[in-house]
Amino acid sequence: MKLTVALVGNQNCGKTSLFNQLTGSQQHVGNFPGVTVERKSGFIKQSFIQPESSNEKNLTIEVVDLPGIYSLSPYTPEEIVTRDFLMKDKPDAILNILDSTNIERNLYLTLQLEELGIPMVLALNMMDEVVAAGNSIDVLKLSGNMQLAAVPISAVKGDGISELVQRLMDVAVNKKKPAKIDFCDIGPVHQAIHSMTHLIADHCERRGLPARYCATKLIEGDKIILEELGLNENEHEILSHITTEMERDAGTDNAAAIADMRYSYISKVTSDCVHRVGETIEQKRSTKIDALLTSKYFAIPIFLGIMSLIFYLTFGLVGKWLSDWFGMGLDWVTGIVDTALTLYDLSATAHSLIIDGLFAGIGSVLSFMPTILVLFFFLAMLEDTGYMARVAFVMDSALRKIGLSGKSFVPMLIGFGCSVPAVMSTRTLSSRRDKKMTIFIIPFMSCSAKLPVFSLFSVIFFPDHAALVMICLYVGGFVMAVLSALLLKNTAFKGKPVPFVLELPAYRMPSLKNMWLSTWEKAKDFLRKAFTIILGAALIIWFLQHFDIRLNLVTDASKSMLASLGSFIAPVFYPLGFSDWRLATALVAGLSAKEAVVSTLAVLCGASGAGLSSILQTILTPASAVSFLVFTLLYMPCIAAFAAIRREIGTKDAVAAMAFATGTAWVMACIVYHVAILF
Amino acid sequence: MKLSQLVPGKCGIIKRVEGEDSLRHHLLDMGLTPGTNILVRKIAPLGDPMELNLRGYELTLRKDDAEKIELETPANPYSCASCSAACCPYCKKDRGTK
Repeated sequence: MKLTVALVGNQNCGKTSLFNQLTGSQQHVGNFPGVTVERKSGFIKQSFIQPESSNEKNLTIEVVDLPGIYSLSPYTPEEIVTRDFLMKDKPDAILNILDSTNIERNLYLTLQLEELGIPMVLALNMMDEVVAAGNSIDVLKLSGNMQLAAVPISAVKGDGISELVQRLMDVAVNKKKPAKIDFCDIGPVHQAIHSMTHLIADHCERRGLPARYCATKLIEGDKIILEELGLNENEHEILSHITTEMERDAGTDNAAAIADMRYSYISKVTSDCVHRVGETIEQKRSTKIDALLTSKYFAIPIFLGIMSLIFYLTFGLVGKWLSDWFGMGLDWVTGIVDTALTLYDLSATAHSLIIDGLFAGIGSVLSFMPTILVLFFFLAMLEDTGYMARVAFVMDSALRKIGLSGKSFVPMLIGFGCSVPAVMSTRTLSSRRDKKMTIFIIPFMSCSAKLPVFSLFSVIFFPDHAALVMICLYVGGFVMAVLSALLLKNTAFKGKPVPFVLELPAYRMPSLKNMWLSTWEKAKDFLRKAFTIILGAALIIWFLQHFDIRLNLVTDASKSMLASLGSFIAPVFYPLGFSDWRLATALVAGLSAKEAVVSTLAVLCGASGAGLSSILQTILTPASAVSFLVFTLLYMPCIAAFAAIRREIGTKDAVAAMAFATGTAWVMACIVYHVAILF
Repeated sequence: MKLSQLVPGKCGIIKRVEGEDSLRHHLLDMGLTPGTNILVRKIAPLGDPMELNLRGYELTLRKDDAEKIELETPANPYSCASCSAACCPYCKKDRGTK
């Protein structure tokens, strides 16, 4: 027998920890159809399902981890996805996890879930923290009040999980629906909900929808439910009559009346079974930590310090060590294959395909892995400790001026390291508009792969001011990002910014297991989605580099298809002051990875070091060199970044983002060139 | 008095929540219902948003959105007299042993 269980809870309530405890590393990550909301699922470990004396044989339970939400209203994609899943996929049970240190607000969602009439169990997480603070929750009384099974657990420590699974199985297998769904005291709201339930009972039954839930939602003014029920005109009228009457009698409007009804019921329950002496140790500690981390003068310096440290570790110390290690391993394998192919006497073309195309392609995919692993490990740490929410809190005001929210800041910063993880980290942005806009401006943050290009050109053309030129480029990229955001805010992304209502969870020690699983998930995701496109691109570039337009294998790089392509598009760069085909070709090759701009130039010029620099000085003036640098800084990111962008916002928007970046690059380079030749 | 006018360290009681539908609904869902005690913990370093404490948790809200929240007008808005001890570590301190 196979059961499906929906894991539902607020944000920051330890849902991911519980999910990891239940399923171990056997997780499947995908998207909900049609939206970019992540859908994670996995099977509960058999060790939880079958302790020695179990009579349930061959029972498997799939857990679907639904997005963290505070309510079942129809306003955010996360809420809508959760509603749709619960109402249409009809899971066998709901596992509702609650943060016990914050039980009032967490029960608000519980009350709405109960109305759905699906078998349900409450997991009271972080009960250890409640107890440690001298507070207490009478679980039996709570369970009695809510008429639901409730199990105290600690998801991080793994306490209470077996009992939770046993309760869950009992409820799901025996289809024990919540016994109580009536949370309203006698009064206008109670009356309204009950008359509404009667009114729509037939419609609900026909469509298999929970009547009480629909009735409450209709009174709240839920347009989606209204549409789904297909009420006739007469019923519409009765509906608005019921609502108006309730509003009149309750002395408040519909939304406030229903919210108040739920919170009043919760207060009654908590006053009966929650004994609260004061804040938990973690909450008190958080206030103290925040006295420093979000203080007026130290917040921003500390944040920049933390980010610098992470950058240093990712792109310097650990990342470099891992990169070298990866590189050595790959070189070793390549060497063996190379020797084997030579011994086998494979044709030169096929040999080159395997070594220069396939292996080089795999190498370029894998070269991102150390960065992604290390960076996402640290980001998971920032997220799990609760610091990420503080960053959003501290930076929001600045980001808001350019039409974004504080949550966009970290992805933008990561862009200075590498666009690929930067784009992937926008997944934490809840608003699709903010996410798209952030992704559009990330490529302007100069990534570390552009550094070799910058340093080569600035040393050749501006030997006395090389450092200054490079700093100007970095700052210029950032300024362009800000200007683009302002432009986009007033044109393509005019929509109103999403309100910034964010919970600041208490600081907690991150769990190594959670951080590792989250990192590994990102790495796997990158490998799976990017491998095909990056490898394909590498093979195409190899093909273009090694064949001419009549498909003959070429030995002279200047006769290759890539060179023809470069010559073909070179005139486009004429207004920018550089029209040499080698520069155009290098820019095209740079799409595979930005470092390739330098290596391609070296190959095409047939020289490196001093030779390359003297050739470059003949084909570029200082003014056109600046223009070339500006174009390199701003034009579309590499294929790997494109793959990541496409994954996050879809093909159409990804192509638009590329066109936007390249167009901006052309215009800016043109302006810079024409200003520069005046001097 | 609006929530956005409350200074850090002081509490108020929500009287009414206004604003357009989805924001308003979201605020109500998050527990900002009429009658709720709310403490302004601090203002972010750049002057916005605010950090609030209500129902035992910390919430941030931009001042523009806090503008939509009307507070009860007690005789002395800074006295914290009507604040329940659990929500407000500041006024608990103010009130000493009480």
